[in-house]
Amino acid sequence: MRSHLLLLILFAFFVSLVFAAIAKDDVKEQIRYGGAMFAGFVASAVVLGWLMYPFPL
Amino acid sequence: MRATAAEESQSGNLVLLCLASWAIPGAGHLWLGRRNKGLVFLVALPLMFAIGLALRGRLFPFDFSDPLVLLEAMADFGMGATYFLSKALGYGAGDVRAVTYEYGNAFLVVAGLLNLLVVIDAYDIALGRK
Repeated sequence: MRSHLLLLILFAFFVSLVFAAIAKDDVKEQIRYGGAMFAGFVASAVVLGWLMYPFPL
Repeated sequence: MRATAAEESQSGNLVLLCLASWAIPGAGHLWLGRRNKGLVFLVALPLMFAIGLALRGRLFPFDFSDPLVLLEAMADFGMGATYFLSKALGYGAGDVRAVTYEYGNAFLVVAGLLNLLVVIDAYDIALGRK
């Protein structure tokens, strides 16, 4: 797999899953917490990616 | 004041719990009866580590002359038995020319660090803080 976006999504999924399991005990809270963290990871990466777009390498 | 036999036994169990939790991700939670959490850690962390290896990430050596490499080695070491097994099987040589090399390193390092957090969580549960 070479897609940066898919690797980022996979990474965000694992990190969110483990953090949610550590931080919350109730399953519903885990899903809410993990989902928010996952969305935050992916959204912030996409926003930061576009913000860096105009800059040369 | 000297510790009682019960206190010494309890601290011995805590050390054993932390070692088990470090060696096998989720073992501490399974030991403490947190079955669902233990299974999540048992599956997710080694899988994340394996993906890091498949992405041609590197298991860094303990090189004391380079602090960044040393820190990455310590993070990799956080995966416990999975780390030693991978080393023994010859995985983790890393391929710096691979497009996915840095992603692989991120997966390996973060899997190890997350396992250390899991160990701390198991310790807190054993002490009754959670």
